[in-house]
Amino acid sequence: MRIVGIIIFWLAMVVFLYGTRRSRNVAFWPLLALACLLLFNLFFTQQFYRLELREGSFFGIPVPQLYGVPIDILNHASKVGILAIGMTLVIAVGGIDLSVGAVMAIAGAMMATLSVQLGVSPAACIAAALAAGLAAGMWNGFLVAVMGIPPMVATLILMVAGRGVAQLVTDGQIIIFNNPILTSIGNAFLLVPVPFLLMLLMLIATWITTRGTALGFLIEAVGDNEVASSRAGVSARTLKFLVYVFCGFCSAVAGLVQTSNIRSADANNIGLTLELDAIMAVVIGGTAMTGGRFYLASSVAGALLIQALTTTMYAKDVSPVVAPVPKALVILAVCLLQSERVRRLFIGRRGTA
Amino acid sequence: MNSRYLPLIITALVLGLLLAAGGYFFNNFLSLRVFINLFGDNAFVGVTAVGMTFVIISGGIDLSVASVIAFTTIFIAQTVQDGMHPLLSMTFALMLGLLFGAIQGWFISSFNLPPFLVTLAGMFFARGTGFIINDISLAIKHSFYSETIRGLAIPVAKVGRAVVRIPFTAQCLILFIIGGTLLAAFTRFGRNVYAIGSNEISARLMGVPVDRVKIMVYALSGFCATAAGCVVTFYMQSGNSSSFVGLEMDAIAAAVIGGTLLTGGVGWVAGTLMGVLILGTIQSLITFQGSLNNWWAKIFIGSLLFLFISVQQLLKHRLKGR
Amino acid sequence: MSGETLLEMRGINKTFPGVQALKNVNFALRRGQIHALMGENGAGKSTLIKVLTGVHPGDGGAMSVEGKAIAPASPREAESCGISTVYQEVNLIPHLTVRENICLGREDRFAGIIRWGRVWKRARKALDRLDLKFRINLDAQLSDCSIAVQQMVAIARALDIDARILILDEPTSSLDEAEAEELFRIMRNLREQGMGIVFVTHFLDQVYRVSDTITVLRNGELVGEFPAASLPRLELVSKMVGKNVDEVKKLEKRVAVTTASGRKTVVSARRLGRKGSINPIDFDLKEGEVTGLAGLLGSGRSEIANLLFGVDAADSGEMEIDGRKARPESPAMAMRFGFAMLTEDRKFSGIIPNLSLRENIILAMQAKLGPWRKIPPRKANEIADQFIKALDIKTPSREQQLKNLSGGNQQKVIIARWLAVHPRLLILDEPTRGIDVGARAEIEELIQKLREEGMSLLLISSELDEVVRNSSRVIVLRDREKIAELSGDNLSEQNILHVIASQATEDAVKEAVQ
Repeated sequence: MRIVGIIIFWLAMVVFLYGTRRSRNVAFWPLLALACLLLFNLFFTQQFYRLELREGSFFGIPVPQLYGVPIDILNHASKVGILAIGMTLVIAVGGIDLSVGAVMAIAGAMMATLSVQLGVSPAACIAAALAAGLAAGMWNGFLVAVMGIPPMVATLILMVAGRGVAQLVTDGQIIIFNNPILTSIGNAFLLVPVPFLLMLLMLIATWITTRGTALGFLIEAVGDNEVASSRAGVSARTLKFLVYVFCGFCSAVAGLVQTSNIRSADANNIGLTLELDAIMAVVIGGTAMTGGRFYLASSVAGALLIQALTTTMYAKDVSPVVAPVPKALVILAVCLLQSERVRRLFIGRRGTA
Repeated sequence: MNSRYLPLIITALVLGLLLAAGGYFFNNFLSLRVFINLFGDNAFVGVTAVGMTFVIISGGIDLSVASVIAFTTIFIAQTVQDGMHPLLSMTFALMLGLLFGAIQGWFISSFNLPPFLVTLAGMFFARGTGFIINDISLAIKHSFYSETIRGLAIPVAKVGRAVVRIPFTAQCLILFIIGGTLLAAFTRFGRNVYAIGSNEISARLMGVPVDRVKIMVYALSGFCATAAGCVVTFYMQSGNSSSFVGLEMDAIAAAVIGGTLLTGGVGWVAGTLMGVLILGTIQSLITFQGSLNNWWAKIFIGSLLFLFISVQQLLKHRLKGR
Repeated sequence: MSGETLLEMRGINKTFPGVQALKNVNFALRRGQIHALMGENGAGKSTLIKVLTGVHPGDGGAMSVEGKAIAPASPREAESCGISTVYQEVNLIPHLTVRENICLGREDRFAGIIRWGRVWKRARKALDRLDLKFRINLDAQLSDCSIAVQQMVAIARALDIDARILILDEPTSSLDEAEAEELFRIMRNLREQGMGIVFVTHFLDQVYRVSDTITVLRNGELVGEFPAASLPRLELVSKMVGKNVDEVKKLEKRVAVTTASGRKTVVSARRLGRKGSINPIDFDLKEGEVTGLAGLLGSGRSEIANLLFGVDAADSGEMEIDGRKARPESPAMAMRFGFAMLTEDRKFSGIIPNLSLRENIILAMQAKLGPWRKIPPRKANEIADQFIKALDIKTPSREQQLKNLSGGNQQKVIIARWLAVHPRLLILDEPTRGIDVGARAEIEELIQKLREEGMSLLLISSELDEVVRNSSRVIVLRDREKIAELSGDNLSEQNILHVIASQATEDAVKEAVQ
């Protein structure tokens, strides 16, 4: 039974890889790295692929759910994956958003405080948290698109102050909640973990909104050459503003997931340094820090790769604390691969006109 | 009045106001002891921020400093436990920090990589290697720490029975501030750093060795962060590889509040000192007040950042306008 | 007054991918000489200077300073050979002070510590050698100084390194009359001190005011070196634009374009202007007519285009579009009026380099539709293919990244981008710059075809023959002012040249009288 599962998984993986390669999708590279890592685990990590089917519940309804290491990877990668979706668009217009971690904390704090201290209905709590994320995004968008402050500087403000705002909301307490609906967001399963489904949903929705309309195209144009785009009539400012607002929204969703997952709002630690992981996922996914072409699915694959790397090390009993080192090497490798100068060393010699 | 000193003047005003507010609300706030402690307790942030100031003036950023501090503390703690003399251990640590920074600078300048990503990698790398050395908090037990360092404190005044001393950590901070100021204002290296940050293309055309200066800037930042790590061991007397997560942002905030332009070309080490003191004063105000909460500090610091960035933006537009 | 040869450049070649920028160019500079280097865009002036200052390595040829062969590989090496350059966009450090800029990299030191006192004295001395009428504050931040002062500072920096050769690249383009005069006085002073000065400019009367010798380049080739005193103005202009005077006199319009009377006016501008870029100007643009803008570089040609297209805001005058008062405030708004503009600098404000040909073509159309109404992929492909065929764009596929195409094909793609939105007024700013002859002819044909279809076109070009061939009316500009409007029988290259040159003379006469 297990062997069959593994074979099916690998067949799917190979088809997936072949497909992305044929269509020259950038997601091929992070997926290939992910596949190599999983292949390594297939041979060298006991029990890695062991999946169990258990009885679980989805908002009170009994449903089957899967347990196992791969499922853990999907579960833990979702937060960074959701952040990476918003971050991809921000980086595509040539920006960066350092405040996503702090915005996560604000959203989590809003949800928990409203629910526990004011007894607001779960739906209203979630709406309020998302609204907080949108507001944070508008603030960033205002600073970058209207005031013209360099993105790294502009979002630094909220990065520093945001966590304070979150603590203000929770009054410095760690607010524990057990509303079944609110705790389900981060813990429920529908065969696979709900956060993962949420990430997929966000990915598909974002993909449809950017690729189904001309938004994605115009974002890429602005990121590649802002002057030329605005001379062609593209409203670059509005696009930049919208993209930051959307990134704030994604941060809020990621914040809800994490808060719900640990069943408490800890304003000090929710989303701490996750902005760096999100940026890393985007860069691994092939979107350049200078802006232009962006790859949503590839960024999510990058997030999965980072998590798989960490989980593999847990599974291999490598002290979890060493995990940052391979992360560092991955970033450096990706940077070097994208560097014009390094490329020229390899390709330039052959002389492409 | 020269408008380019405007950010520096605002910084000084804010610091003055904060201290005055402290003095008004709390009895002992404006005492010599509190003031000296302000220096001593924030010495490691200050020393780190000196290096960070140079990096930012050159138009870059260094995210690795907090991890480097943590690495240094655990490195010293471990080697001292293994029988090395603290001085020797610190010398090694400083050399490592210098080398580490230089390697980051080399990647940035010779492959033209974004400093943000390279130092992000450096941050993970230093944090991980620190954990490899030891992943628990390790006390440093050595007579050098318990006697020599303490003995270096300079008594300055006698208040009642107690003697007020300037701790060695505060002395380190003052030393780095003076050194940094001299380096920035009175050496060719310092001028070159400003030139690169202000306009890299012009600097190259004017004959500034841009790549070499960049490597030196990051090496300097690595050195300062390591030195800050040494300073930390002086009063913590322990090493911990998981400490100081996020400190790089404090250092950056201190530099920005001190009038350093995040886009490069403008900044003062003295301003950074004031920035560090502002952050420290906010902290002590909250400690003194007791019921006031820590998060107000963050919100206040964020607002200060906004204030300074807006002022700089206005100045920039005014310059463009002519 | 001229002494021995200071600088000699022989047989200089320079090839960039696809373009030979310099072909076997010779240049010589003597001690105590002001040598003007003239030529229109793409003539190779700036390339020659960049080879001399070590920014670009030359591909062939020899250079020598005072008889010693040199081969500078960087600006720093060129400086050590005694060659110093002041660029149009002054290349100094904006955030440092005047004094620091003059001495950057060469500060006096004692044990590594800069002796600011000495640096101060040196900077003062270098500025004193300029013998300025006003005093420059050595401790002012450079970005607080006017462009004129910044230029003086750059020259002082050159003096401080004991440069024997000073290159001034378009130094006067951002200066007003009095500032330029001050600069000329300094140049004459330096000439007395035995310095050799290379003066690159596009202002004719300024050349005659200070230069001893004029070298003219055209299309990367040396046209010749002439003593300024014996080269008539008209002859200089004709050499720059590549026609000898007799030829200019014989030239007739090849395309008979009738003046369009009774045609509908699309845009009518009255006293339209913007401080510092174009003085108030009147003009009308009509349907089915090509209006040309002629004038030398810096005469205000592109500035008019920018006002029309809402890139810059006009600060005086009025504009009527279809008889209704309106003024575009942004390119997007101008597009709603039915305007389109091919910008002058293709790389900076034209191409989206990493996107495909197809995406570049549909960009303006999509921007006009807004982000929500996406052009269906099949339609986008059709449009792209249609224009690739119609404009004969040479590309392996419509999915090719635009940066991989040649300049001419890139230009066609951007024209296609604008044709796709069916504009009523198409502004073409240097449509044929940096494009090979074949593509050039195709673009000119296209212009006539569009005119016949009833489009209104505004053609800006530094190629006079191109303007004359294609326009039914030409507005002649000089020094940011309209000086004539030629049409019908009056419209010829010769007349344009006469207008530009004679006006220059009149100004010079006026000045002499004052």
